[in-house]
Amino acid sequence: MQQLIPTILLLPLLGFLFSGLLGGRLPKTVVGAVASLAVLGAFLGSLYAFGQAGPQPEWTVKVFQWVAVGDFQIDFGLLVDRLSVWMMLIITGIGFLIHVYAIGYMHSDPGFARFFAYLNLFIFFMLLLVMADNYLIMFFGWEGVGLCSYLLIGFWFQNESYGKAARKAFIMNRIGDLGLLIGIFMLFQLFGSLNYQDIFSRLPAMRMAEGALTVVTLLLFIGAIGKSAQIPLYTWLPDAMAGPTPVSALIHAATMVTAGIYLLVRSSLLFQLAPITLEIVTYVGLATALFAAFIGLRQNDIKKVLAYSTVSQLGLMFLALGVGAYTSAMFHLTTHAFFKALLFLGAGSVIHAMGGEQDIRRMGGLRAALPVTYWTFVAGTLAIIGFPLLSGFFSKDEILAQVFAHSPILWGLALLSSAVTAVYMMRLFFLTFFGDFRGTPEQRGHLHESPAVMTWPLIALAILSVTGGVLQIPAFLAGGNGQWLSHWYQTLPGLAGGHVGHLSHTAEWVLMGTTTLVVLAVMWGSYRAYVIRKKLPLADTQVRGIELWAAQKFYIDELYDAILVRPLEKLSGILYHIADNRVIDGSVNLIGVVMTRLSQFFRLVQNGNTSYYLFGMVLGLILILLLNYII
Amino acid sequence: MNSAIPVLQAIPIDNYLWLSAILFSIGVAGVLMRRNAIVLLMCIELMLNAVNLLFAAFSTYLGDASGQIMVFFIMVVAAAEASVGLAILVMIYRNHKTVDVSFLDKLRG
Repeated sequence: MQQLIPTILLLPLLGFLFSGLLGGRLPKTVVGAVASLAVLGAFLGSLYAFGQAGPQPEWTVKVFQWVAVGDFQIDFGLLVDRLSVWMMLIITGIGFLIHVYAIGYMHSDPGFARFFAYLNLFIFFMLLLVMADNYLIMFFGWEGVGLCSYLLIGFWFQNESYGKAARKAFIMNRIGDLGLLIGIFMLFQLFGSLNYQDIFSRLPAMRMAEGALTVVTLLLFIGAIGKSAQIPLYTWLPDAMAGPTPVSALIHAATMVTAGIYLLVRSSLLFQLAPITLEIVTYVGLATALFAAFIGLRQNDIKKVLAYSTVSQLGLMFLALGVGAYTSAMFHLTTHAFFKALLFLGAGSVIHAMGGEQDIRRMGGLRAALPVTYWTFVAGTLAIIGFPLLSGFFSKDEILAQVFAHSPILWGLALLSSAVTAVYMMRLFFLTFFGDFRGTPEQRGHLHESPAVMTWPLIALAILSVTGGVLQIPAFLAGGNGQWLSHWYQTLPGLAGGHVGHLSHTAEWVLMGTTTLVVLAVMWGSYRAYVIRKKLPLADTQVRGIELWAAQKFYIDELYDAILVRPLEKLSGILYHIADNRVIDGSVNLIGVVMTRLSQFFRLVQNGNTSYYLFGMVLGLILILLLNYII
Repeated sequence: MNSAIPVLQAIPIDNYLWLSAILFSIGVAGVLMRRNAIVLLMCIELMLNAVNLLFAAFSTYLGDASGQIMVFFIMVVAAAEASVGLAILVMIYRNHKTVDVSFLDKLRG
């Protein structure tokens, strides 16, 4: 086991080196196979570790000592406990499925090897993030996934707007990272170590430092805001749809954006002692969930709808964290990874069939041409809206129940966001797969189901999306044994308090019933609107009023541009043209000019005239004698 | 010889100092101002002889023979240096057809 843990981490890294260095000269099948096998190997290793984490819940491996300067000691250490092994399973499992899918999706792309190299590198960094045993190595992985996100969003770098989207993602991430870094510095200052076990064991002795803990947790949360696309640092995620669809599925749905959730769950002991921060987390999460849902309502690009859906669902997860339901957040993270990856891969299948078209106004009636895609998309859609008995149903309901125990008003707003989620997902679903085909004749002729290498991952994820609910069935339905995930996380001190409030069974039945009714009502209303009445989205020029605001993303990007980007560019211009060019370059040039003038002056001494030289000698001699006399 | 010494010592040393200084200054002035190379060499000789005179005067004044030994050294060096200087001067004349030092300005920068 001690050797297995670093091996799990190493396999994707070796895959990266292989694809990156040799992939260009090898056939695509080989590259794709090796890359996928690397991740599969990591997955099998994680499965074994998962099996081992049952009897022994905590494994630590010190790979090497990284920094040792006086009191400051950081080891490159790995910690495999029940939380990290769960994340490892998700990362490598879904990662493997997406690698296989990408073999089909990217098969005609000249940058095939580079793509798989970046994907493997991403898996490596994400694994490092969740397997680290201290905050600094975690941060190493954190930055690494940000880097891979940049590389993959801007994969088709020939397109300038994609490059801009990649830069936007990276820079917004960086802003959050500043908070995270300062938080890590403070952690070290408070606890003298960055190792999780050290910090959490010293925590009980720190009773008096609540103010400091609030600041630290806030800073960590700022980092999570950047990475997990919450208000105000969320605008990068819809733009990140510029990357290839497997990237959107893996990074911006299932794994990288969940790093923020992971950070908060890992630091749950710190957060439990900072109730103010938890309040802020709750409100930010709820606001994001609602805001993003409303924007998604009027988007016409299939991937943009899913992107805003991701932002909204992440908000829901943060809402759960804020009320202290850490296990519920992890449960929803898991189910969301299943169905969101499925939805993105399904969207990719649709885009692939439509020859690159992403506008749902030009789709329609695709269920006949794309049967497997259609049925798996059905599974994903039903899961995300919370149709009874699917995975999303259980995870969302658990969050809603926990929120209700905390505050019924918050529950109402969370229910509203779930309702809006159902509305935009049904809109997307019906407009894409039902009705008449609204594209061009060439596109109609090109429509075909995706190859097996793309449909098998869809099927696998669909099965997971449908059955994933068994992980955590609430007590009032299945008795005490249904909550497998809560039991699994029992060994982690921070998460043991997974059940925050205790509602009566009646209350839980009522809540579950209400949600189900809302979901069914939305499904029926959407069916009536989009299928029976064949309502279509308006063309861009005809949208008015609040719909225009939603379609234009409530002008947040324009707001940021006006209050942040333009002033910074102006300042940058001033610093460049005046401070840098005129002042600094000027003073350096001045020195040069002065030297030149001086030398031109002194050159005149060398006039070749012998008498003049003799005179110089005599003068010098007299001066020396005089100075000797004076001094 | 010994009877001459008190007579010589009766002359105050100041006179010798002034004479030597004036001779030296004339020599320096000549070196700096004259253009004829031969005159230049002569002025250098003049400076050396001024110093010689001073050495001899002090030798008598202090009753120490070292000064006169120094005079010998200086004379030897002056002779050698004058011969080399004249040889160079002859070469310059052969190349430039003149002994005017103001024409030797090829080293100007």
